[in-house]
Amino acid sequence: MAKITLDNLAHSYLTNPSGEADYALKELNHVWSDGEAYALLGASGCGKSTLLNIISGLLHPSKGRILFDDVDMTEASTADRNIAQVFQFPVVYDTMTVRDNLAFPLKNRGESPQYIAERVQQIGKMIGMEAQLDKRARGLTADAKQKISLGRGMVREDVNALLFDEPLTVIDPHMKWELRTQLKSLHNEFGHTMIYVTHDQTEALTFADKVVVMYDGRVVQIGTPQELFERPEHTFVGYFIGSPGMNVIPAAVEGMTASVHGAEIALREAFEPLRGKVEIGVRPEFVTLTDGNGLPVNVRRVEDVGRHRIVRADLFGNEINIVASEDTHISPEMTRVTFDPTHVNVYVDDWRQAGKAA
Amino acid sequence: MDKTVNHKAWFLVLPVLVLVAFSAVIPLMTVVNYSVQDTFGNNEFFWAGTEWFRDMLRDDRMWDALGRQLMFSAIILLIQIPLGVFIALNMPKKGFWVSFCLVVMSLPLLIPWNVVGTIWQIFGRVDIGLLGYTLAAIGIDYNYTSDPVAAWITIIVMDVWHWTSLVALLAYAGLKSIPDAYYQAAKIDQASRWNVFRYIELPKMMGVLMIAVLLRFMDSFMIYTEPFVVTGGGPGSTTTMLSIDLVKMALGQFDLGPAAAFSIMYFLVILLISWVFYTVMTNLDRQEG
Repeated sequence: MAKITLDNLAHSYLTNPSGEADYALKELNHVWSDGEAYALLGASGCGKSTLLNIISGLLHPSKGRILFDDVDMTEASTADRNIAQVFQFPVVYDTMTVRDNLAFPLKNRGESPQYIAERVQQIGKMIGMEAQLDKRARGLTADAKQKISLGRGMVREDVNALLFDEPLTVIDPHMKWELRTQLKSLHNEFGHTMIYVTHDQTEALTFADKVVVMYDGRVVQIGTPQELFERPEHTFVGYFIGSPGMNVIPAAVEGMTASVHGAEIALREAFEPLRGKVEIGVRPEFVTLTDGNGLPVNVRRVEDVGRHRIVRADLFGNEINIVASEDTHISPEMTRVTFDPTHVNVYVDDWRQAGKAA
Repeated sequence: MDKTVNHKAWFLVLPVLVLVAFSAVIPLMTVVNYSVQDTFGNNEFFWAGTEWFRDMLRDDRMWDALGRQLMFSAIILLIQIPLGVFIALNMPKKGFWVSFCLVVMSLPLLIPWNVVGTIWQIFGRVDIGLLGYTLAAIGIDYNYTSDPVAAWITIIVMDVWHWTSLVALLAYAGLKSIPDAYYQAAKIDQASRWNVFRYIELPKMMGVLMIAVLLRFMDSFMIYTEPFVVTGGGPGSTTTMLSIDLVKMALGQFDLGPAAAFSIMYFLVILLISWVFYTVMTNLDRQEG
């Protein structure tokens, strides 16, 4: 187990990257604290897997260093780093039994046969495959194979970190929940540093203590699920987390007021004059549909999603979503919206701006 | 949707049937015909039944040739399969050198059999051949026309030179189809190079290797041109393979009956051994799986 430090790390798949656009992973400084569970969240192709492969040593970064507990490991081989990694698609050793598959990493490390037998039995139980331990791995279904891959990832107790690269993609929903719970309890029990790559926000938010959101090769925000929800640092975080995502509306900001097509919205902070593309972001949860004062909207439809209702509306040509609780009465007279001022964020060129507290 | 039934459609396969009949079935039947008859000339034939077959089975000459043939096939398979796999493992996986290697590797495969024979026949000559002359110059007693061991080594090296590429190319194709994730997982699991070969590369290559073994077995078991050109079956009859013997019998001595019986048994032996290979290897595959 180790603290993992990324120091000015960047990676390009080209041999001679010229501009920033050539980098699949843009310059990054980050410390993964020892024993914490992180989720790495982002759309497909944003550099998540690249980052993971650099940490495990499958990929050598173009720039920067990677340190385990302050020891430079940039040049160390994957084996020396002693990291476990589970990939998106199952990788099993076809000719081996399930038992031998699980034992393989331990055998390679020269553990005692007795320890291996015990540990494999334990892991077999954990992934729910005790009964199939002596079956050949080849004939199994994709999700059984992926469970074996997961098991192989968890079988070593002394790993520096456990990396999961969208490991539950091929698993059916019921088992997904079960395995995620297992991973969490494994984390609680052994305190491994875990990094869990996913593009599923529910998975990220339920699994991790801290969520790292990546966008276009860059880490745009690292925070607790709560922070990501209330203060998205980048409009991408706003869109990507939450269902539906944050409403982002072009606005002009002056002092403590934002104006959208002449309609004024109160802010919680005061801002200096801003340059660039100015927008305000407010989560649908903090928008209220009303028949009193507010900004005029055209309600297009109301969706009942069970626990609440989502109102899809139009505000000066911008699409706006409103989350209304189940017991709110929605009537045709409700053609205005109000925003909760404490939850309105201001963005310039997609990055959140901090104002001065009033 | 119901399948349309139209028996007239059978006429569409008629051209193929006619072609196959003329190219394969009728010649084969001629051989069968010869194998059960005897003649004293004048195009008059008498029924001989299984006489020729029994004759051939009692003939030491055929058993000796069969022994040599089996030894030859066994030796070249034992060399070419591991060597081809070894070459494939060491071929570059990307970049300019891939196409370079592929072209160089395919070159021997493109040379006609008798040319390969001629190349080695000259190459190995002690008086003018580069190989033979050099070996003689450094004091190695090498003469494939008088020494059976030298003759055997020459035709084996020649066959290895000619056909190992095929095994290597097939194995290379098998290796290229293994997804990167397998190698990555093996690294994560800290597998040794040998384990990567044993548990990832070899199982994934099994399919193509089976084809390679079958092709190389059938081809080497029927080898004719190259040893014929290099040694002519000699010295003595030490490199007389089944096909060389067969041609001598059929065309040299014009013993059509025995030669026809010989051909049929030859064909059946190839069929039998190929079937055994195939069955054993697919079973092996299933057991592993």
